[in-house]
Amino acid sequence: MEEVPQGCPGTGSAQAGRGASCQGCPNQRLCASGAGAAPDPAIEEIKEKMKTVKHKILVLSGKGGVGKSTFSAHLAHGLAEDENTQVALLDIDICGPSIPKIMGLEGEQVHQSGSGWSPVFVEDNLGVMSVGFLLSSPDDAVIWRGPKKNGMIKQFLRDVDWGEVDYLIVDTPPGTSDEHLSAVQYLSAARLDGAVIITTPQEVSLQDVRKEINFCHKVKVPIIGVVENMSVFVCPKCKKESQIFPPTTGGAEVMCQDLKIPLLGKVPLDPHIGKSCDKGQSFLMDAPASAAALAYRRIIQRIQEFCGHHQPKEEHLVGS
Amino acid sequence: MKTVKHKILVLSGKGGVGKSTFSAHLAHGLAEDENTQVALLDIDICGPSIPKIMGLEGEQVHQSGSGWSPVFVEDNLGVMSVGFLLSSPDDAVIWRGPKKNGMIKQFLRDVDWGEVDYLIVDTPPGTSDEHLSAVQYLSAARLDGAVIITTPQEVSLQDVRKEINFCHKVKVPIIGVVENMSVFVCPKCKKESQIFPPTTGGAEVMCQDLKIPLLGKVPLDPHIGKSCDKGQSFLMDAPASAAALAYRRIIQRIQEFCGHHQPKEEHLVGS
Repeated sequence: MEEVPQGCPGTGSAQAGRGASCQGCPNQRLCASGAGAAPDPAIEEIKEKMKTVKHKILVLSGKGGVGKSTFSAHLAHGLAEDENTQVALLDIDICGPSIPKIMGLEGEQVHQSGSGWSPVFVEDNLGVMSVGFLLSSPDDAVIWRGPKKNGMIKQFLRDVDWGEVDYLIVDTPPGTSDEHLSAVQYLSAARLDGAVIITTPQEVSLQDVRKEINFCHKVKVPIIGVVENMSVFVCPKCKKESQIFPPTTGGAEVMCQDLKIPLLGKVPLDPHIGKSCDKGQSFLMDAPASAAALAYRRIIQRIQEFCGHHQPKEEHLVGS
Repeated sequence: MKTVKHKILVLSGKGGVGKSTFSAHLAHGLAEDENTQVALLDIDICGPSIPKIMGLEGEQVHQSGSGWSPVFVEDNLGVMSVGFLLSSPDDAVIWRGPKKNGMIKQFLRDVDWGEVDYLIVDTPPGTSDEHLSAVQYLSAARLDGAVIITTPQEVSLQDVRKEINFCHKVKVPIIGVVENMSVFVCPKCKKESQIFPPTTGGAEVMCQDLKIPLLGKVPLDPHIGKSCDKGQSFLMDAPASAAALAYRRIIQRIQEFCGHHQPKEEHLVGS
Protein backbone atom coordinates (compact mmCIF):
# COMPACT_ATOMS: atom_id res chain seq x y z
CA MET A 1 0.00 0.00 0.00
CA GLU A 2 1.46 3.36 -0.95
CA GLU A 3 1.48 5.14 2.36
CA VAL A 4 3.17 8.37 3.27
CA PRO A 5 5.27 8.00 6.44
CA GLN A 6 4.13 10.12 9.34
CA GLY A 7 5.93 13.42 9.29
CA CYS A 8 6.88 13.12 5.62
CA PRO A 9 8.49 16.48 4.84
CA GLY A 10 7.19 16.42 1.27
CA THR A 11 9.00 15.28 -1.83
CA GLY A 12 9.78 18.82 -2.91
CA SER A 13 11.14 20.10 0.40
CA ALA A 14 14.77 20.68 1.29
CA GLN A 15 14.47 17.94 3.89
CA ALA A 16 13.25 15.38 1.37
CA GLY A 17 14.98 12.08 2.02
CA ARG A 18 16.97 13.59 4.85
CA GLY A 19 14.46 13.90 7.65
CA ALA A 20 14.18 11.50 10.54
CA SER A 21 10.79 10.30 9.31
CA CYS A 22 12.33 9.40 5.95
CA GLN A 23 14.13 6.40 7.45
CA GLY A 24 12.66 3.26 6.04
CA CYS A 25 10.58 4.98 3.40
CA PRO A 26 11.04 3.19 0.05
CA ASN A 27 11.47 6.52 -1.71
CA GLN A 28 14.18 7.82 0.62
CA ARG A 29 17.05 7.52 -1.85
CA LEU A 30 14.99 9.06 -4.63
CA CYS A 31 14.08 12.05 -2.51
CA ALA A 32 17.60 12.48 -1.15
CA SER A 33 18.91 12.63 -4.72
CA GLY A 34 16.69 15.62 -5.38
CA ALA A 35 14.59 13.81 -7.97
CA GLY A 36 11.37 14.60 -6.12
CA ALA A 37 11.99 18.32 -6.27
CA ALA A 38 12.44 18.40 -10.01
CA PRO A 39 9.30 19.30 -11.93
CA ASP A 40 7.67 16.41 -13.74
CA PRO A 41 8.96 16.50 -17.34
CA ALA A 42 5.47 15.52 -18.44
CA ILE A 43 4.27 19.03 -17.63
CA GLU A 44 6.42 20.52 -20.40
CA GLU A 45 5.50 17.69 -22.77
CA ILE A 46 1.83 18.30 -22.12
CA LYS A 47 2.31 22.03 -22.64
CA GLU A 48 3.74 21.24 -26.10
CA LYS A 49 0.90 18.87 -26.86
CA MET A 50 -1.68 21.42 -25.77
CA LYS A 51 -0.37 24.04 -28.22
CA THR A 52 -2.79 22.71 -30.80
CA VAL A 53 -5.68 23.05 -28.34
CA LYS A 54 -7.20 26.54 -28.21
CA HIS A 55 -9.57 26.33 -25.24
CA LYS A 56 -9.47 23.97 -22.28
CA ILE A 57 -12.45 23.66 -19.97
CA LEU A 58 -12.66 21.59 -16.79
CA VAL A 59 -16.12 20.37 -15.72
CA LEU A 60 -16.12 19.97 -11.94
CA SER A 61 -18.35 19.41 -8.95
CA GLY A 62 -17.62 18.62 -5.36
CA LYS A 63 -20.78 16.50 -5.43
CA GLY A 64 -21.46 13.28 -7.27
CA GLY A 65 -24.46 12.61 -9.46
CA VAL A 66 -25.27 16.23 -10.29
CA GLY A 67 -24.80 15.84 -14.03
CA LYS A 68 -21.14 16.57 -14.75
CA SER A 69 -20.77 13.87 -17.41
CA THR A 70 -24.21 14.61 -18.81
CA PHE A 71 -23.26 18.26 -19.10
CA SER A 72 -19.75 17.60 -20.48
CA ALA A 73 -21.19 15.35 -23.16
CA HIS A 74 -23.82 17.86 -24.19
CA LEU A 75 -21.39 20.76 -24.10
CA ALA A 76 -19.29 18.71 -26.52
CA HIS A 77 -22.31 17.89 -28.70
CA GLY A 78 -23.47 21.49 -28.70
CA LEU A 79 -20.08 22.91 -29.67
CA ALA A 80 -19.57 20.26 -32.33
CA GLU A 81 -22.85 21.08 -34.08
CA ASP A 82 -20.76 23.66 -35.92
CA GLU A 83 -18.82 21.42 -38.31
CA ASN A 84 -15.94 23.89 -38.34
CA THR A 85 -15.39 23.59 -34.59
CA GLN A 86 -13.08 20.78 -33.52
CA VAL A 87 -14.09 19.39 -30.15
CA ALA A 88 -12.31 16.94 -27.85
CA LEU A 89 -13.89 15.32 -24.78
CA LEU A 90 -11.58 13.75 -22.20
CA ASP A 91 -13.06 11.66 -19.38
CA ILE A 92 -10.70 11.46 -16.41
CA ASP A 93 -13.15 9.63 -14.14
CA ILE A 94 -11.11 6.47 -13.81
CA CYS A 95 -13.43 4.56 -11.46
CA GLY A 96 -16.77 5.48 -12.98
CA PRO A 97 -16.20 6.46 -16.63
CA SER A 98 -19.66 7.37 -17.90
CA ILE A 99 -18.69 9.22 -21.07
CA PRO A 100 -18.47 6.18 -23.42
CA LYS A 101 -22.06 5.23 -22.63
CA ILE A 102 -23.42 8.77 -22.78
CA MET A 103 -21.71 9.36 -26.14
CA GLY A 104 -22.92 6.04 -27.58
CA LEU A 105 -19.38 4.70 -27.85
CA GLU A 106 -19.51 1.59 -25.68
CA GLY A 107 -17.34 -1.20 -26.94
CA GLU A 108 -15.10 1.09 -28.95
CA GLN A 109 -11.37 0.56 -28.76
CA VAL A 110 -8.48 2.99 -28.72
CA HIS A 111 -5.88 2.72 -31.50
CA GLN A 112 -2.23 3.52 -31.25
CA SER A 113 -0.33 5.19 -34.05
CA GLY A 114 3.05 6.77 -34.50
CA SER A 115 1.78 10.08 -33.20
CA GLY A 116 0.14 8.61 -30.10
CA TRP A 117 -3.25 7.27 -29.08
CA SER A 118 -6.14 8.08 -31.37
CA PRO A 119 -9.31 9.29 -29.71
CA VAL A 120 -12.59 7.65 -30.66
CA PHE A 121 -14.56 9.87 -33.00
CA VAL A 122 -18.33 10.36 -32.61
CA GLU A 123 -18.32 12.78 -35.51
CA ASP A 124 -15.47 13.98 -37.73
CA ASN A 125 -15.09 16.96 -35.44
CA LEU A 126 -15.79 15.34 -32.07
CA GLY A 127 -13.21 13.02 -30.51
CA VAL A 128 -13.48 11.26 -27.14
CA MET A 129 -11.04 9.57 -24.78
CA SER A 130 -11.88 7.64 -21.61
CA VAL A 131 -10.46 4.82 -19.52
CA GLY A 132 -13.73 3.10 -20.44
CA PHE A 133 -12.26 2.36 -23.87
CA LEU A 134 -9.38 0.49 -22.28
CA LEU A 135 -11.52 -1.97 -20.31
CA SER A 136 -12.22 -5.45 -21.65
CA SER A 137 -15.73 -5.27 -20.24
CA PRO A 138 -17.82 -2.27 -19.09
CA ASP A 139 -18.45 -4.02 -15.76
CA ASP A 140 -14.73 -4.34 -14.96
CA ALA A 141 -13.98 -2.40 -11.81
CA VAL A 142 -10.93 -0.15 -12.04
CA ILE A 143 -9.67 -0.50 -8.49
CA TRP A 144 -6.68 1.79 -8.55
CA ARG A 145 -5.18 3.94 -5.86
CA GLY A 146 -4.26 7.56 -6.47
CA PRO A 147 -0.77 7.22 -7.98
CA LYS A 148 -1.92 4.81 -10.67
CA LYS A 149 -4.86 7.03 -11.56
CA ASN A 150 -2.49 9.99 -11.85
CA GLY A 151 -0.32 8.01 -14.26
CA MET A 152 -3.31 7.34 -16.50
CA ILE A 153 -4.33 10.98 -16.52
CA LYS A 154 -0.78 11.98 -17.43
CA GLN A 155 -0.88 9.53 -20.34
CA PHE A 156 -4.23 10.83 -21.52
CA LEU A 157 -2.95 14.38 -21.60
CA ARG A 158 0.48 13.60 -23.03
CA ASP A 159 -0.04 10.68 -25.38
CA VAL A 160 -3.43 11.23 -26.99
CA ASP A 161 -3.11 12.69 -30.46
CA TRP A 162 -5.93 15.21 -30.40
CA GLY A 163 -4.79 17.17 -33.43
CA GLU A 164 -5.96 20.74 -33.94
CA VAL A 165 -8.71 21.33 -31.39
CA ASP A 166 -10.83 24.38 -30.64
CA TYR A 167 -12.30 23.09 -27.35
CA LEU A 168 -10.96 20.39 -25.03
CA ILE A 169 -13.54 19.51 -22.38
CA VAL A 170 -12.26 17.55 -19.39
CA ASP A 171 -14.92 15.64 -17.45
CA THR A 172 -13.91 14.81 -13.87
CA PRO A 173 -15.13 12.55 -11.06
CA PRO A 174 -16.67 14.12 -7.96
CA GLY A 175 -14.34 15.40 -5.25
CA THR A 176 -11.14 17.38 -4.78
CA SER A 177 -8.47 14.70 -4.89
CA ASP A 178 -5.89 13.00 -7.05
CA GLU A 179 -7.66 13.33 -10.40
CA HIS A 180 -8.36 17.02 -9.93
CA LEU A 181 -4.92 17.87 -8.63
CA SER A 182 -3.29 15.95 -11.45
CA ALA A 183 -5.42 17.50 -14.16
CA VAL A 184 -4.66 20.99 -12.89
CA GLN A 185 -0.99 20.22 -12.33
CA TYR A 186 -0.40 18.66 -15.74
CA LEU A 187 -2.33 21.41 -17.50
CA SER A 188 -0.74 24.18 -15.41
CA ALA A 189 1.75 25.25 -18.04
CA ALA A 190 -0.81 24.93 -20.83
CA ARG A 191 -3.23 27.44 -19.31
CA LEU A 192 -6.78 26.31 -18.58
CA ASP A 193 -9.49 28.73 -19.73
CA GLY A 194 -11.47 27.82 -16.67
CA ALA A 195 -13.86 25.51 -14.87
CA VAL A 196 -17.60 25.01 -15.16
CA ILE A 197 -19.01 23.84 -11.85
CA ILE A 198 -22.15 21.74 -11.75
CA THR A 199 -24.54 21.52 -8.83
CA THR A 200 -28.10 20.68 -7.88
CA PRO A 201 -30.23 23.02 -5.77
CA GLN A 202 -30.10 21.44 -2.33
CA GLU A 203 -27.73 22.58 0.40
CA VAL A 204 -26.11 19.14 0.74
CA SER A 205 -24.84 19.62 -2.85
CA LEU A 206 -23.98 23.28 -2.51
CA GLN A 207 -21.82 22.48 0.51
CA ASP A 208 -19.61 20.21 -1.59
CA VAL A 209 -19.68 22.68 -4.47
CA ARG A 210 -18.37 25.48 -2.26
CA LYS A 211 -15.44 23.19 -1.47
CA GLU A 212 -14.85 22.76 -5.20
CA ILE A 213 -14.93 26.54 -5.68
CA ASN A 214 -12.48 26.81 -2.79
CA PHE A 215 -10.29 24.25 -4.60
CA CYS A 216 -10.34 26.32 -7.81
CA HIS A 217 -9.25 29.42 -5.93
CA LYS A 218 -6.44 27.50 -4.22
CA VAL A 219 -5.06 26.07 -7.44
CA LYS A 220 -5.76 29.29 -9.37
CA VAL A 221 -8.19 27.90 -11.92
CA PRO A 222 -10.56 30.61 -13.19
CA ILE A 223 -14.25 29.82 -12.73
CA ILE A 224 -16.34 30.29 -15.85
CA GLY A 225 -19.50 29.82 -13.81
CA VAL A 226 -21.98 27.46 -12.14
CA VAL A 227 -24.71 25.35 -13.74
CA GLU A 228 -27.64 24.28 -11.58
CA ASN A 229 -29.05 20.96 -12.80
CA MET A 230 -32.28 19.27 -11.68
CA SER A 231 -33.81 22.65 -10.86
CA VAL A 232 -37.51 21.84 -11.17
CA PHE A 233 -39.68 19.04 -12.51
CA VAL A 234 -42.76 19.86 -14.53
CA CYS A 235 -45.40 17.14 -14.35
CA PRO A 236 -46.16 16.14 -17.95
CA LYS A 237 -49.82 15.66 -17.08
CA CYS A 238 -50.86 18.63 -14.98
CA LYS A 239 -47.82 20.91 -15.52
CA LYS A 240 -47.36 21.40 -11.79
CA GLU A 241 -43.80 22.39 -10.96
CA SER A 242 -42.21 20.33 -8.20
CA GLN A 243 -38.87 21.06 -6.61
CA ILE A 244 -37.65 17.55 -6.09
CA PHE A 245 -34.32 18.72 -4.68
CA PRO A 246 -35.55 21.72 -2.73
CA PRO A 247 -33.25 24.77 -2.66
CA THR A 248 -33.59 25.16 1.10
CA THR A 249 -30.83 27.78 1.17
CA GLY A 250 -31.68 29.51 -2.10
CA GLY A 251 -30.01 27.10 -4.47
CA ALA A 252 -27.17 27.99 -6.79
CA GLU A 253 -28.57 31.47 -7.33
CA VAL A 254 -27.97 32.61 -3.76
CA MET A 255 -24.63 30.78 -3.55
CA CYS A 256 -23.42 32.52 -6.71
CA GLN A 257 -24.52 35.92 -5.43
CA ASP A 258 -22.72 35.29 -2.14
CA LEU A 259 -19.52 34.15 -3.82
CA LYS A 260 -19.78 36.60 -6.75
CA ILE A 261 -19.57 33.88 -9.37
CA PRO A 262 -21.66 33.80 -12.56
CA LEU A 263 -24.67 31.49 -12.59
CA LEU A 264 -24.55 30.23 -16.17
CA GLY A 265 -28.05 28.79 -16.06
CA LYS A 266 -30.54 26.38 -14.51
CA VAL A 267 -31.58 23.14 -16.19
CA PRO A 268 -34.90 21.51 -15.26
CA LEU A 269 -35.29 17.77 -14.64
CA ASP A 270 -36.43 16.02 -17.77
CA PRO A 271 -36.76 12.25 -18.07
CA HIS A 272 -35.66 12.52 -21.71
CA ILE A 273 -32.18 13.49 -20.56
CA GLY A 274 -31.70 10.21 -18.73
CA LYS A 275 -33.14 8.27 -21.66
CA SER A 276 -30.86 9.98 -24.19
CA CYS A 277 -27.81 9.36 -22.01
CA ASP A 278 -28.63 5.69 -21.58
CA LYS A 279 -29.11 5.39 -25.34
CA GLY A 280 -25.92 7.30 -26.07
CA GLN A 281 -27.66 10.01 -28.04
CA SER A 282 -27.55 13.77 -27.90
CA PHE A 283 -30.49 15.07 -25.88
CA LEU A 284 -30.14 18.33 -27.80
CA MET A 285 -31.08 16.39 -30.94
CA ASP A 286 -33.67 14.14 -29.26
CA ALA A 287 -35.69 16.93 -27.63
CA PRO A 288 -34.52 20.21 -29.16
CA ALA A 289 -37.53 22.29 -28.16
CA SER A 290 -37.61 21.16 -24.53
CA ALA A 291 -36.96 23.66 -21.75
CA ALA A 292 -33.90 21.66 -20.72
CA ALA A 293 -32.37 21.70 -24.21
CA LEU A 294 -32.95 25.45 -24.50
CA ALA A 295 -31.34 25.95 -21.09
CA TYR A 296 -28.32 23.88 -22.16
CA ARG A 297 -27.95 25.93 -25.33
CA ARG A 298 -28.01 29.24 -23.49
CA ILE A 299 -25.36 27.94 -21.11
CA ILE A 300 -23.18 26.67 -23.96
CA GLN A 301 -23.40 30.07 -25.59
CA ARG A 302 -22.26 31.83 -22.43
CA ILE A 303 -19.29 29.47 -22.19
CA GLN A 304 -18.35 30.24 -25.79
CA GLU A 305 -18.54 33.95 -25.04
CA PHE A 306 -16.27 33.49 -22.02
CA CYS A 307 -13.73 31.59 -24.10
CA GLY A 308 -14.00 34.12 -26.88
CA HIS A 309 -12.81 36.80 -24.46
CA HIS A 310 -9.92 34.61 -23.35
CA GLN A 311 -7.89 34.09 -26.49
CA PRO A 312 -4.75 32.00 -26.00
CA LYS A 313 -1.55 34.03 -26.32
CA GLU A 314 -0.37 33.41 -29.84
CA GLU A 315 3.13 32.48 -28.83
CA HIS A 316 3.50 29.85 -31.47
CA LEU A 317 2.73 31.97 -34.53
CA VAL A 318 4.99 31.32 -37.47
CA GLY A 319 7.72 33.91 -37.65
CA SER A 320 7.08 35.38 -34.19
CA MET B 1 -13.58 -3.68 16.46
CA LYS B 2 -14.16 -6.42 19.06
CA THR B 3 -16.75 -4.21 20.74
CA VAL B 4 -18.58 -3.74 17.42
CA LYS B 5 -21.04 -6.53 16.61
CA HIS B 6 -22.09 -5.73 13.04
CA LYS B 7 -20.22 -3.71 10.42
CA ILE B 8 -21.97 -2.56 7.28
CA LEU B 9 -20.40 -0.73 4.33
CA VAL B 10 -22.67 1.51 2.24
CA LEU B 11 -21.29 1.66 -1.29
CA SER B 12 -22.05 2.74 -4.82
CA GLY B 13 -19.94 3.04 -7.90
CA LYS B 14 -22.05 6.09 -8.77
CA GLY B 15 -22.18 9.47 -7.09
CA GLY B 16 -25.33 11.22 -6.00
CA VAL B 17 -27.53 8.15 -5.69
CA GLY B 18 -28.23 8.58 -1.99
CA LYS B 19 -25.49 6.70 -0.12
CA SER B 20 -25.15 9.28 2.65
CA THR B 21 -28.89 9.83 2.79
CA PHE B 22 -29.38 6.10 3.15
CA SER B 23 -26.53 5.62 5.65
CA ALA B 24 -27.93 8.37 7.84
CA HIS B 25 -31.45 6.97 7.78
CA LEU B 26 -30.24 3.42 8.34
CA ALA B 27 -28.51 4.79 11.44
CA HIS B 28 -31.61 6.72 12.54
CA GLY B 29 -33.84 3.70 11.93
CA LEU B 30 -31.67 1.29 13.90
CA ALA B 31 -31.20 3.78 16.73
CA GLU B 32 -34.95 4.21 17.22
CA ASP B 33 -34.59 1.18 19.51
CA GLU B 34 -32.93 2.78 22.54
CA ASN B 35 -31.24 -0.49 23.37
CA THR B 36 -29.41 -0.62 20.06
CA GLN B 37 -26.06 1.18 19.98
CA VAL B 38 -25.37 2.62 16.56
CA ALA B 39 -22.22 4.19 15.13
CA LEU B 40 -22.04 6.04 11.81
CA LEU B 41 -18.63 6.59 10.24
CA ASP B 42 -18.28 8.90 7.22
CA ILE B 43 -15.14 8.11 5.23
CA ASP B 44 -15.91 10.50 2.38
CA ILE B 45 -12.95 12.78 2.95
CA CYS B 46 -13.56 15.21 0.05
CA GLY B 47 -17.33 15.56 0.30
CA PRO B 48 -18.37 14.66 3.90
CA SER B 49 -22.15 15.05 3.87
CA ILE B 50 -22.96 13.17 7.08
CA PRO B 51 -22.54 16.09 9.53
CA LYS B 52 -25.12 18.16 7.64
CA ILE B 53 -27.55 15.28 7.12
CA MET B 54 -27.37 14.36 10.81
CA GLY B 55 -27.78 17.98 11.96
CA LEU B 56 -24.31 18.06 13.48
CA GLU B 57 -22.66 20.90 11.58
CA GLY B 58 -20.24 22.87 13.66
CA GLU B 59 -19.69 20.09 16.14
CA GLN B 60 -16.17 19.33 17.23
CA VAL B 61 -14.43 16.09 18.05
CA HIS B 62 -13.00 15.62 21.55
CA GLN B 63 -9.97 13.62 22.49
CA SER B 64 -9.79 11.60 25.65
CA GLY B 65 -7.48 9.00 27.12
CA SER B 66 -9.29 6.26 25.28
CA GLY B 67 -9.21 7.98 21.91
CA TRP B 68 -11.40 10.32 19.88
CA SER B 69 -14.98 10.65 21.01
CA PRO B 70 -17.62 10.48 18.33
CA VAL B 71 -20.27 13.18 18.22
CA PHE B 72 -23.55 11.91 19.62
CA VAL B 73 -26.89 12.67 17.98
CA GLU B 74 -28.67 10.56 20.57
CA ASP B 75 -27.30 8.62 23.53
CA ASN B 76 -27.21 5.56 21.33
CA LEU B 77 -26.15 7.11 18.02
CA GLY B 78 -22.58 8.34 17.56
CA VAL B 79 -21.11 9.88 14.41
CA MET B 80 -17.60 10.50 13.09
CA SER B 81 -16.62 12.40 9.95
CA VAL B 82 -13.73 14.46 8.63
CA GLY B 83 -16.34 17.22 8.47
CA PHE B 84 -15.94 17.62 12.24
CA LEU B 85 -12.24 18.32 11.83
CA LEU B 86 -12.63 21.23 9.40
CA SER B 87 -12.52 24.81 10.64
CA SER B 88 -15.22 25.75 8.14
CA PRO B 89 -17.68 23.57 6.19
CA ASP B 90 -16.54 25.23 2.95
CA ASP B 91 -12.89 24.23 3.45
CA ALA B 92 -11.83 21.96 0.63
CA VAL B 93 -9.97 18.84 1.72
CA ILE B 94 -7.56 18.52 -1.17
CA TRP B 95 -5.72 15.37 -0.24
CA ARG B 96 -4.21 12.69 -2.41
CA GLY B 97 -4.81 9.02 -1.75
CA PRO B 98 -2.10 8.26 0.84
CA LYS B 99 -3.21 11.05 3.16
CA LYS B 100 -6.85 10.01 2.89
CA ASN B 101 -5.84 6.45 3.77
CA GLY B 102 -4.08 7.73 6.88
CA MET B 103 -7.25 9.49 8.02
CA ILE B 104 -9.38 6.41 7.49
CA LYS B 105 -6.90 4.34 9.48
CA GLN B 106 -7.15 6.86 12.33
CA PHE B 107 -10.91 6.83 12.23
CA LEU B 108 -11.02 3.07 12.52
CA ARG B 109 -8.22 2.75 15.06
CA ASP B 110 -8.49 5.82 17.28
CA VAL B 111 -12.20 6.52 17.63
CA ASP B 112 -13.56 5.25 20.91
CA TRP B 113 -16.87 3.82 19.74
CA GLY B 114 -17.54 1.78 22.88
CA GLU B 115 -19.95 -1.14 22.77
CA VAL B 116 -21.70 -0.93 19.41
CA ASP B 117 -24.35 -3.12 17.80
CA TYR B 118 -24.09 -1.62 14.31
CA LEU B 119 -21.25 0.33 12.72
CA ILE B 120 -22.34 1.85 9.41
CA VAL B 121 -19.56 3.08 7.14
CA ASP B 122 -20.60 5.66 4.54
CA THR B 123 -18.25 5.88 1.56
CA PRO B 124 -17.63 8.25 -1.36
CA PRO B 125 -18.46 7.10 -4.90
CA GLY B 126 -15.93 4.96 -6.72
CA THR B 127 -13.62 2.01 -6.21
CA SER B 128 -10.42 3.63 -5.06
CA ASP B 129 -8.30 4.49 -2.06
CA GLU B 130 -11.07 4.96 0.48
CA HIS B 131 -12.80 1.70 -0.41
CA LEU B 132 -9.62 -0.34 -0.54
CA SER B 133 -8.47 1.10 2.77
CA ALA B 134 -11.76 0.53 4.53
CA VAL B 135 -11.88 -3.09 3.39
CA GLN B 136 -8.20 -3.63 4.10
CA TYR B 137 -8.28 -2.19 7.60
CA LEU B 138 -11.52 -3.98 8.47
CA SER B 139 -10.49 -7.27 6.86
CA ALA B 140 -9.49 -8.97 10.07
CA ALA B 141 -12.53 -7.59 11.88
CA ARG B 142 -14.96 -9.27 9.48
CA LEU B 143 -17.43 -7.03 7.68
CA ASP B 144 -21.00 -8.34 7.72
CA GLY B 145 -21.42 -6.99 4.23
CA ALA B 146 -22.13 -4.14 1.89
CA VAL B 147 -25.35 -2.39 0.94
CA ILE B 148 -25.10 -1.02 -2.57
CA ILE B 149 -27.12 2.01 -3.59
CA THR B 150 -28.18 2.84 -7.13
CA THR B 151 -30.71 4.78 -9.16
CA PRO B 152 -32.68 3.15 -11.99
CA GLN B 153 -30.88 4.40 -15.09
CA GLU B 154 -28.26 2.38 -16.94
CA VAL B 155 -25.57 5.05 -16.50
CA SER B 156 -25.81 4.38 -12.74
CA LEU B 157 -26.17 0.62 -12.98
CA GLN B 158 -23.00 0.48 -15.04
CA ASP B 159 -20.98 1.99 -12.21
CA VAL B 160 -22.83 -0.14 -9.67
CA ARG B 161 -21.88 -3.34 -11.48
CA LYS B 162 -18.28 -2.23 -11.10
CA GLU B 163 -18.85 -1.80 -7.38
CA ILE B 164 -20.36 -5.30 -7.17
CA ASN B 165 -17.32 -6.54 -9.08
CA PHE B 166 -15.13 -4.76 -6.50
CA CYS B 167 -16.96 -6.49 -3.63
CA HIS B 168 -16.41 -9.89 -5.21
CA LYS B 169 -12.72 -9.14 -5.77
CA VAL B 170 -12.09 -8.06 -2.19
CA LYS B 171 -14.45 -10.72 -0.80
CA VAL B 172 -16.97 -8.46 0.87
CA PRO B 173 -20.40 -10.14 1.10
CA ILE B 174 -23.22 -8.19 -0.52
CA ILE B 175 -26.27 -7.73 1.69
CA GLY B 176 -28.20 -6.35 -1.25
CA VAL B 177 -29.03 -3.41 -3.50
CA VAL B 178 -31.25 -0.40 -2.79
CA GLU B 179 -32.76 1.46 -5.74
CA ASN B 180 -33.30 5.12 -4.87
CA MET B 181 -35.19 7.73 -6.90
CA SER B 182 -37.41 5.02 -8.37
CA VAL B 183 -40.48 7.05 -9.27
CA PHE B 184 -41.90 10.49 -8.57
CA VAL B 185 -45.56 10.87 -7.72
CA CYS B 186 -46.93 14.30 -8.62
CA PRO B 187 -48.45 15.70 -5.43
CA LYS B 188 -51.22 17.35 -7.44
CA CYS B 189 -52.46 14.78 -9.94
CA LYS B 190 -50.73 11.65 -8.55
CA LYS B 191 -49.23 10.80 -11.92
CA GLU B 192 -46.16 8.62 -11.59
CA SER B 193 -43.14 9.86 -13.54
CA GLN B 194 -39.92 7.95 -13.97
CA ILE B 195 -37.48 10.82 -13.85
CA PHE B 196 -34.46 8.51 -14.12
CA PRO B 197 -35.91 5.99 -16.55
CA PRO B 198 -34.89 2.35 -16.03
CA THR B 199 -34.07 1.87 -19.71
CA THR B 200 -32.49 -1.52 -19.00
CA GLY B 201 -34.91 -2.66 -16.32
CA GLY B 202 -33.43 -0.81 -13.36
CA ALA B 203 -31.99 -2.47 -10.31
CA GLU B 204 -34.60 -5.24 -10.48
CA VAL B 205 -33.25 -6.72 -13.69
CA MET B 206 -29.63 -6.15 -12.67
CA CYS B 207 -30.19 -8.00 -9.39
CA GLN B 208 -31.87 -10.88 -11.16
CA ASP B 209 -28.98 -11.10 -13.63
CA LEU B 210 -26.34 -11.01 -10.91
CA LYS B 211 -28.37 -13.06 -8.39
CA ILE B 212 -28.14 -10.43 -5.69
CA PRO B 213 -31.01 -9.45 -3.38
CA LEU B 214 -32.91 -6.26 -4.22
CA LEU B 215 -33.57 -4.91 -0.74
CA GLY B 216 -36.12 -2.38 -1.93
CA LYS B 217 -36.99 0.63 -4.08
CA VAL B 218 -37.37 4.14 -2.64
CA PRO B 219 -39.43 6.72 -4.52
CA LEU B 220 -38.31 10.33 -5.03
CA ASP B 221 -39.78 12.55 -2.34
CA PRO B 222 -38.89 16.24 -1.95
CA HIS B 223 -39.23 15.82 1.82
CA ILE B 224 -36.12 13.66 1.85
CA GLY B 225 -33.98 16.48 0.48
CA LYS B 226 -35.57 18.96 2.88
CA SER B 227 -34.98 16.74 5.91
CA CYS B 228 -31.36 16.16 4.91
CA ASP B 229 -30.71 19.87 4.45
CA LYS B 230 -32.26 20.53 7.84
CA GLY B 231 -30.34 17.71 9.47
CA GLN B 232 -33.46 15.87 10.60
CA SER B 233 -34.57 12.28 10.30
CA PHE B 234 -36.91 11.93 7.32
CA LEU B 235 -38.35 8.86 9.05
CA MET B 236 -39.57 11.21 11.79
CA ASP B 237 -40.53 14.10 9.48
CA ALA B 238 -42.73 12.07 7.13
CA PRO B 239 -43.30 8.66 8.76
CA ALA B 240 -46.33 7.67 6.68
CA SER B 241 -44.80 8.52 3.31
CA ALA B 242 -44.15 5.80 0.77
CA ALA B 243 -40.43 6.58 0.93
CA ALA B 244 -40.26 6.24 4.73
CA LEU B 245 -42.13 2.94 4.58
CA ALA B 246 -39.75 1.72 1.88
CA TYR B 247 -36.74 2.70 4.01
CA ARG B 248 -38.16 0.83 7.02
CA ARG B 249 -38.72 -2.35 5.06
CA ILE B 250 -35.16 -2.18 3.78
CA ILE B 251 -33.75 -1.55 7.26
CA GLN B 252 -35.64 -4.56 8.54
CA ARG B 253 -34.18 -6.78 5.82
CA ILE B 254 -30.69 -5.58 6.74
CA GLN B 255 -31.31 -6.41 10.39
CA GLU B 256 -32.48 -9.88 9.40
CA PHE B 257 -29.33 -10.40 7.33
CA CYS B 258 -27.15 -9.33 10.25
CA GLY B 259 -29.15 -11.46 12.62
CA HIS B 260 -28.20 -14.52 10.59
CA HIS B 261 -24.56 -13.51 10.64
CA GLN B 262 -23.64 -13.50 14.29
CA PRO B 263 -20.01 -12.66 14.99
CA LYS B 264 -18.01 -15.63 16.25
CA GLU B 265 -17.92 -15.25 20.00
CA GLU B 266 -14.20 -15.60 20.24
CA HIS B 267 -13.82 -13.04 22.98
CA LEU B 268 -16.18 -14.58 25.51
CA VAL B 269 -14.86 -14.53 29.02
CA GLY B 270 -13.43 -17.87 29.96
CA SER B 271 -13.47 -19.34 26.45
